[in-house]
Amino acid sequence: MKEPLWKTLTPGSVILEPGSSAKFKTGSWRSMRPRWIEENCIQCLFCWIYCPDMSVIVEDGKRKDFNYDYCKGCGICALECPGKKGNKAIVMEKEGG
Amino acid sequence: MGKIVAVTGNEAVAESLRQVNPDVCAAYPITPATDLMQRFSSFISDGKVDTEMVLVESEHSAMSACIGAAAAGGRVATATSSQGLALMWEMLFIAAGDRLPIVMPVVNRALSAPLNIHGDHSDTMGARDSGWIQLYSETAQEAYDNAIQAFRIGEHPDIRLPVMVCMDGFIVSHSIERVEYLEDAEVRNFVGEYMPVNPLLDIDNPKSYGPLILTDLYHEYKRAQHEVMTRVKNVVLEVAADFEKLSGRKYGLFETYRLDDAEIAIVILNSAAGTTKDVVDSYRSKGIKAGLLKPRMFRPFPYEEVAAALSHLKAIAVLDRADSFGGYGPLFSEICGAVMSMDGKPPMINRIYGLGGRDYMPNQAEKVLDELVGIAETGKVHTLKDYIGLRE
Ligand code: SF4
Ligand code: SF4
Repeated sequence: MKEPLWKTLTPGSVILEPGSSAKFKTGSWRSMRPRWIEENCIQCLFCWIYCPDMSVIVEDGKRKDFNYDYCKGCGICALECPGKKGNKAIVMEKEGG
Repeated sequence: MGKIVAVTGNEAVAESLRQVNPDVCAAYPITPATDLMQRFSSFISDGKVDTEMVLVESEHSAMSACIGAAAAGGRVATATSSQGLALMWEMLFIAAGDRLPIVMPVVNRALSAPLNIHGDHSDTMGARDSGWIQLYSETAQEAYDNAIQAFRIGEHPDIRLPVMVCMDGFIVSHSIERVEYLEDAEVRNFVGEYMPVNPLLDIDNPKSYGPLILTDLYHEYKRAQHEVMTRVKNVVLEVAADFEKLSGRKYGLFETYRLDDAEIAIVILNSAAGTTKDVVDSYRSKGIKAGLLKPRMFRPFPYEEVAAALSHLKAIAVLDRADSFGGYGPLFSEICGAVMSMDGKPPMINRIYGLGGRDYMPNQAEKVLDELVGIAETGKVHTLKDYIGLRE
């Protein structure tokens, strides 16, 4: 007989697999979506510092596009983005809109 | 053989903690438990233990720090009472849900309002569903013995749950009694070296405590938590048997006093059981077959064993030193649960006594026994729930 599911759980709901939260794609909660406008970007990396998740991808010191798997659309990056001469490099848009 | 001393309940339990020498203790003072932790912190200051004491700004923080330290892999203890326990409320469930074997003596005290510092059981009864094991103690000796056994019970590999050791505020915590202490080495051997399970400080194997678990598995986790509780009974008895070998003092899931051939009996917790035993003796000398049952383990509650011990009685009074306003007292509800499946259930009454430290006097027990004599004859109960010892 198959063991019931509740008997197979880790005691105390401890998670023994490090880094497993990467499997939890929290981006599905998003109702607003940040859009990167590359020509206005001065590569200050404020967005990378301020993003509370890991949704701003930086490679070789350069900002790349968003990783939408974890972006919750909080808009902090858009708020903090200085942009170029007053033109924001991040704008928030309605998800699926 | 250790020494025989004259000490208060708080002193005795502080001594048990000194002998166990936990790794971490986080505490906040509250009457009547203050003196317990104050004595223990003196042991720390005097270099008698190497416990790390975390002084916090509230009991909520005390339990939070205990949870952190226990998850890190330490043997952890604290103590509290009344409002302090109430302030720990949300963290109690987390300690149990995370399966962290924290040991916490609770000096039973009434809950506000009105503000009252004296002994009743409303604090720990309010925490009975938090997932903690609860042991109750009649005397300073029992509190000392229970505290030592609590480490073995809670830390047992089949259990891994936090344990409350309850004793009556002032009546036991501040009264001097004869207590037999074990030798330090005996206690140390008895509790053994602490073996953490999934410690956070094992940094080669990173892990997370306290994840978000929603409708997918929460229900199953709670089912598993109940299952652990079903194993506690055997461990409590196993630990008690080992403890008896060491100390000569016998413990079970509950204590019975002149109950085997009794016709009527009082079920009662903690210090008031002592007074009741005296009254049982005087009724026995009058030829009335009275007896007593005093639960030791209240969570998990040993329903079947209690039912078997009470099954031959003609009338039972359950005395509660805590109330459920608009409901029966918490002990009465458990005894109802125990006898529910019995054929020919004995008639039962629930009497609330001693709230806010109101003295429980022999004449209160006498009145209850007199009423039970009548119920045993007629089988009729007039008032199911009532209050005794009320001022006129
Ligand atoms: S919207 Fe919020 S989560 Fe998404 S990238 Fe910007 S800061 Fe990060
Ligand atoms: S904050 Fe704006 S300007 Fe700075 S790197 Fe991010 S997108 Fe570019």
